[in-house]
Amino acid sequence: MRNVSKTYFDAAGTPHVALDGIELEIHENEFFTLLGPSGCGKTTLLRLIGGFEQPTSGSIAIFNEEMAGQPPEQRPVNTVFQHYALFPHLNVRRNIGFSLEMLGRDRAEIADVTDRMLGLVGLDAMADRMPDQLSGGQRQRVALARALAPQPKILLLDEPLSALDLKLRQKMRLELKALQRETGITFVFVTHDQEEALAMSDRIAVLADGRVQQLGTPEEIYDAPANRFVADFIGGSNLLEARVSARGRVRVSDLGELDAETGQVESGKPVTLCIRPEQLVLSASGADGIGPFQVIDRTYLGNAVAFHLKAEGQMVTAHMPRGGARGQLDFQPGDQVYADFEAGALRVLIQ
Amino acid sequence: MKVHGHTRLAALLLSPALAIIAVFMIVPIGITTLYSFLEPARYGGVIWEFSTDAYVRLLFERDIFDDTLSFSTDYIRIFVRSLVQAGVATLLCLLIGIPTAWFIATRPDRQKTLWLMLVTVPYWVNLLVRTIAMLLILRDEGPINDSLQAIGLTSGPLPLSYNNFAVGLGLAYSFLPFMILPLYAAIERFDFSLLEAAYDLHANRWKAFVGVVLPILRPGVVAGSLLVFIPGIGAFLAPDILGGGKTIMIGNLIGQQFQGSRNWPFGAALSTVLMTLTLIALMWSARRAAKAGTEVV
Repeated sequence: MRNVSKTYFDAAGTPHVALDGIELEIHENEFFTLLGPSGCGKTTLLRLIGGFEQPTSGSIAIFNEEMAGQPPEQRPVNTVFQHYALFPHLNVRRNIGFSLEMLGRDRAEIADVTDRMLGLVGLDAMADRMPDQLSGGQRQRVALARALAPQPKILLLDEPLSALDLKLRQKMRLELKALQRETGITFVFVTHDQEEALAMSDRIAVLADGRVQQLGTPEEIYDAPANRFVADFIGGSNLLEARVSARGRVRVSDLGELDAETGQVESGKPVTLCIRPEQLVLSASGADGIGPFQVIDRTYLGNAVAFHLKAEGQMVTAHMPRGGARGQLDFQPGDQVYADFEAGALRVLIQ
Repeated sequence: MKVHGHTRLAALLLSPALAIIAVFMIVPIGITTLYSFLEPARYGGVIWEFSTDAYVRLLFERDIFDDTLSFSTDYIRIFVRSLVQAGVATLLCLLIGIPTAWFIATRPDRQKTLWLMLVTVPYWVNLLVRTIAMLLILRDEGPINDSLQAIGLTSGPLPLSYNNFAVGLGLAYSFLPFMILPLYAAIERFDFSLLEAAYDLHANRWKAFVGVVLPILRPGVVAGSLLVFIPGIGAFLAPDILGGGKTIMIGNLIGQQFQGSRNWPFGAALSTVLMTLTLIALMWSARRAAKAGTEVV
């Protein structure tokens, strides 16, 4: 029922075509993530929304207001920069109040909003510190508070967690998500970390080569990748070369034939099968599933064991939970195994 | 053992510089200060007799008939003029230097060296030659006045030479690279994402410049200003040549005492006062910088 369309843009090719005909609609009060490998154009897209660069063609609107030609200081948008870009000559309080000073608000209001922002990010005690006296996580919070102070309609976040260590990153994920819910501001978050994207987003746009590869909720993107790229990029998938043998059937070379949703693909056409490592069940006998595969290696993951399998030149990885009831758990390199899975776990991707 | 070795090495490395400072700075300053308290000899040099006449002369005029002293601002005016001229030159250098340094610092790396070299090219020529060349350009029959009259913009020559304007311009031109180079170094280190952040946070160009860029470039601005201002106060070529000797600065006054007037103690006293004033100004600006530093902490 979210019929308020908020952002619409259609940015097309620069000479090196950083973005190629992107069409996206970001909703109000949404945690929206632009996910992609480095060089996919996600930061460029963010800079277009922020107004730091102008689209070569196409247009961007924020709350139905055309943004073309609007400089960054005129847009109801604020940015949390990748390396925070805190003003080194101003203390935390004045960093946070900077935008309000620029907007010419009176002192009382600036003090009031700044106090509220300090409370929001839990930095009340740090108000008089200089940026270089803060830890990475604290700087991150100042950057957030500073960007939120002028109450933007959209908050842009350019890989803000990438400079933090793993533990802090996981903590900040929760905080960011909570902050978004609390403020009701639309967050547009850029990252190359798929785990981050899946954990926080309401919706994700997977970008590669300047194009949107898939747009959807984290569940949709993970469970039903639209193409090979998405399947490979998100959460590590097994990709198997196969051929449609009949309607609803695919053949994986000599390893076996499977039921699969082949849609309109004609028989004889090559397709790629996609299946998540944790959805594979290994067994020593070949009653069901495909095989035989040879176990090449096993890796202990803590909560599971990863088996790396090979057959007919195709590599497959299976994650088996420890101590579970799913078949025989332990295989050693050199063992022959068969891989089975639930019918619904298999995705057929057209090349 | 090792620490000791390091100290010895450091002392060894520093010794040439320390020797030069001792011989060519501390000793001359000592001599100058000493001479300023002596009596002048008739044809230059000093008579070894203690006297504060040189300093009295700075502020008071001695009546040639009855030896009474009356307060005189003649020399104070020269000091003030020198400070103002040097200040104007510093401002001019800032106005020209900031855009120039900004331009160079934002070029691709390979071009920067070339631009920096171009800045120094005029300084391969002797300062005297350059100052005279400037006079030739500015004088009444110079190319500027000639062309202005040729296109009919002015009917007579504009008074571009032999005045304070010419001296200020000459000083600015003489010391411009000393402004550009420290500014360049500061801008080179400037993180331009801060500028984007300022725009993002609703600062317009002017506010971003004053509120973010200038404070961060401050060390460069201060260094450049000192490098222009201090030699500017003592400069004597520009006022001599471009000012036509009509509006003299301290540098000229001091020079005169050792050449024409042959009053070494007075020249030494002038030098000592100039040095002391400069030192006080420097310490004041350093204190202010330190205070500004602690204020924000």
